[in-house]
Formats: sequence, C-alpha cells, structure tokens
Amino acid sequence: MAVKQISVFIENHSGKLAEFCNLLSKNEINMRASSLADAQDFGIVRIIVDDIYKASTILKDAECVFSIKDVIAIELPDHPGSLAKVLDILSQKDMNVEYMYAFTNHKAGSASMILRVNDVKTASELLSVNGITQISQEELSEMK
Amino acid sequence: MGNYYQPEIETASREQIHQWQSERLINQVKHVWENVPFYKNKMIEVGITPDDIKSVDDLHKLPFITKDDLKDQYPYGLLGKPLSECVRIQSTSGTTGKRVVAFYTQHDIDIWEECCARAIVAAGGTKDDVCHVSYGYGLFTGGAGLNGGSHKVGCLTLPMSSGNTERQIQFMTDLGSTILCCTPSYAAYLGETIQEKGLKDKIKLKAGIFGAEAWTEEMRHDIEEKLGIKAYDIYGLTEISGPGVSFECSDQTGMHVNEDHFIVETINPKTGEVLPIGEKGELVFTCITKEAFPLIRYRTRDIGILSLEPCSCGRTHVKMTKPLGRSDDMLIVKGVNVFPSQIETVLMNKGYPANYQIIVDRVNNSDTIEVQVEMTAEMFSDSVGDISAKEKELVDALKAMLGIYAKVKLVSPKTIARSEGKAVRIIDNRNLYKG
Repeated sequence: MAVKQISVFIENHSGKLAEFCNLLSKNEINMRASSLADAQDFGIVRIIVDDIYKASTILKDAECVFSIKDVIAIELPDHPGSLAKVLDILSQKDMNVEYMYAFTNHKAGSASMILRVNDVKTASELLSVNGITQISQEELSEMK
Repeated sequence: MGNYYQPEIETASREQIHQWQSERLINQVKHVWENVPFYKNKMIEVGITPDDIKSVDDLHKLPFITKDDLKDQYPYGLLGKPLSECVRIQSTSGTTGKRVVAFYTQHDIDIWEECCARAIVAAGGTKDDVCHVSYGYGLFTGGAGLNGGSHKVGCLTLPMSSGNTERQIQFMTDLGSTILCCTPSYAAYLGETIQEKGLKDKIKLKAGIFGAEAWTEEMRHDIEEKLGIKAYDIYGLTEISGPGVSFECSDQTGMHVNEDHFIVETINPKTGEVLPIGEKGELVFTCITKEAFPLIRYRTRDIGILSLEPCSCGRTHVKMTKPLGRSDDMLIVKGVNVFPSQIETVLMNKGYPANYQIIVDRVNNSDTIEVQVEMTAEMFSDSVGDISAKEKELVDALKAMLGIYAKVKLVSPKTIARSEGKAVRIIDNRNLYKG
C-alpha cells in the first residue's frame, strides 16, 4: 500500500517558498504533510495533498518542475519506542529509509509518518505482516 | 624622453616605418601565397595575387582572417613553415571545444620576445632589475612572453607563474622584485594582501606591466596606490604572437603598436571598410615578419581607436587605446577567454536545453562567473544528492572546457529573461569598458 507524494524543485531564495504556497492556496489545494530538503541554491519541497490530480495539473500549468513518487504512510502509537520498532522491522530485510517526516492526524494517542524507502512493495508487505497500520490514499484524502 | 630597447626602431621616422611595412608586407604576402593554401585560396576568391600588393597602401585589398577561420583550420591549416622548423606552440581558447594553436619558429620567438623587451624597457626595466612574472606559464602566452622579454633585457627573471600568493610575496620581499608582470586583477589582489600584511615598506617594486584582461583607469590608480608603482598597460593576442603587440610608455596615454612587426588597422565591424586614424573601430592586425603562423588582416574583435599624435616619450609608432569593447560576445574572466558558445556546447553535451545565463562579476578584486541553467523535468529527481551531483558534473565539465571554475546554479524554468528574439545570455556587472 502506497500513497502519492509530489516533490517540487524550488530555488533557495527569499520569496520562492511563499510563491509556491500561494500557488497552492490560490487553487485551494490543502497539504496533508510537507517537508523541505535544502541544498545551497535550491530545495525540494515534498508534499502530500488531498487531491493529487488537481495539484499536479496546477503545478504543470504553472510550469513547476516536479515529480510524483510512491511513499508509505503509517500510523504509530504516540509513545517512545514506536518508531524504533518500525525501523527495526524494516532493517530485517535490509530496507533503506531515504527520508521520513511526521504529520498530524488529529487523533489522540497516535502519530503519523511518511517514509520513503528503496523498495515500496517489499516494505509495505513487511509492515503489514508485522501489524503496523498503514494509511491508504483514500484515508489520507478524507482526513480532517 | 623614453627608455628604448631598440632606439632606432622605436623612434624611426614615419617614412622609414612606411618603407619597412611596404617591403615586409610584399614579402609576407608572397610567403603566405606560397606556403598557406588556405589563404592563397582566399586571395584567389577576391581576385588578388601577390603582384597586386606593391606597398602597405594596398593592404586593404587583402581578405580578412577571422576566429572562425582559425577554428576551421585547426590545427595546421595556417602553418607557414614546415613543422621541423617550428620550435613551439602556444594556445588559447577557441569559440567551442577547439582551441587556437599558434606555431613559432625560433625567429618568431625572437621577434615576440623583442617586443616584450621593448615593453619592459619602456616601463623603466634594465639588466639591474628583478622581473617578477606572475602571468601563467604554459600554453598561455603571458608567462612565456614576459619571461622571454625579461631575459632579452637581462633582468633577473622570477618565473613565478600564477597562484600561491604566499610564495609570490615571499620572493617579492626576499629577492627584491622591482618589476611586476601579471593580470591587473592579480596585481590589485597582491596590493591588498601586501597592505593587509603591512609589507608595503618591504617591497621594492617600482613598475608593473599588466594585461590579458580589460582594466579601467580606476583600477590603475588603485594598483599604483596600493603597490607604490607606476602601472603600464600591455596588449597582445596569441594569434598575433602574444603580449607585446603593443605596450604603454611613460606617458600612459595609449599603447605603441610595434609597427615594424605588425600593421594595425581599424575597420567598421559590419562592413569591413577601413576607417581613418582616430575613428573607433575593430582592430585588425597583419603580421609582416612572423613566418610559422603569419596571419594577414586578422580581425581581433577588440574595438579601439588609433592615434598618430606625437608622444612625449619620443616613440613614433602609432598608439592604440585600451580595447573599448568587443564586437563579439567573448568575455575575459580571470584572464581566460570565455565564449558563451563554449558553455552552450557543454550544456547540450550534458543533455540540458540551452536555457542559460552567464553572470560575471567582480568580488574582492577577483572575477567571478556563474552559469544559471534552467531546471527541467528530465533533470529533476526526488533526491537532493542526485541534483547536487548533476550540478557538480556540470561544474567539472565547464572547468574542463573553459579552464576556470564557474559556479553552476540551477534555477526554476522560465526565470531566465527572454527578450524578443535573442535571449540575454551574458550579464557582465564589472563595467570594464567606460567611455
């Protein structure tokens, strides 16, 4: 089970990130989760949105450079050790986590995480087998 | 009055210079007709034979040679002597990947070095001087030229080449350098470093001979003040021989062209029409004494003005202004020729579309160059490491092509301004050409 993430190229320059966020807000695209990776002159904004089709059309028309990738979204009990447990499971089969970022889900007692792994299919199966809750694309879209 | 390396030549009458130029041009045209088929064909195309050249006043009848001709004829197409008689090459950047290779016989080397010697003596150099040469040594003509000139004058020559400023200053103070030869930006940088270290009293410099890049009067005053010297300009290009094609005298109001070796004209760059002395135009040089790489009416794409006003130094050879601009898009960055077409070649080879902009600036007396390239979907990947690696790949490829480090900045699509028609490729913030 995977969810779609959009990665967008942004210049590391004052105003550029605001410009991007204004583009989304103008088109009423809501972000579920976001993370920003930076290099000296540029950055990559990674976002999970409620309507991926609409978002990608908007970005395309605005001539942004972006790509769409599969990532895994999981739900964890909000206490120490729950993330370490997930990472231990993944390392059993030499799964590599390239990056991850947490996001809010308004559910008391639980936290949510996006993970980018090198082998989505194997990782997803491994997590299922070990009883880790994964969030589907539909559930993500419907989150309040 | 001036110090002259070759007084009879440097103060010869205009009639004598005219006679030398006529005799030598006639011989050179015959030499080229017999030995350089490429130029012979060019002459045939315009219906000219050596018999049509009876004096220097017939120069305008001869066809031009351009940078593109050199590119097409690389490497041996303009050779005027057998390779067994050539003793050296020097080389400079071409417009794309192909460099320009100039050949020299020993005779050609001697001529060139004599011209540089004239420049050193004009700057006050004698055999008692210590000549500190910080132009790059190697294929670049700067180091080789001033090195040879210094030997001819009999100075103690310090072949420092460029870089390693600590060592430059160490030798300058320990060995008492009196004449400095390097690019103006490096002179400014040395001046600053010496001031910072409080070493101005420890150096014995009295004069400097600076060239290979454009520099303003402000830069001259800055260098003169920081180093406590008189700063002289020198001009040249590899295609014609190297530095020493012309040089500044104590008047500091223009550079005397060595007219016994090089005939200079100014032309209208669009029509090719020869302009009268005093009118701004593209500088064209004809080599009348060199044998291995004898260019006739070579278009330099440097814009300048010539003057025959009498000079207080007593030299009678025509003076030229510093280059006032270019008639093409070549840049000189850190003393190195850079053509936008070279950058375009690198981008295309690496699979980028040619949407780029070159920003040149001067920071702390040093030239900087940045190539902004528009990001594309094909180049993009969801990994900062991958994109950074691609940037580095471009930096390395540009370094290999240009010989200097150029920063690469990936920018969003459509950020590089497009004017109607041709995109603005070069933004040069250095303001080198004034007035």
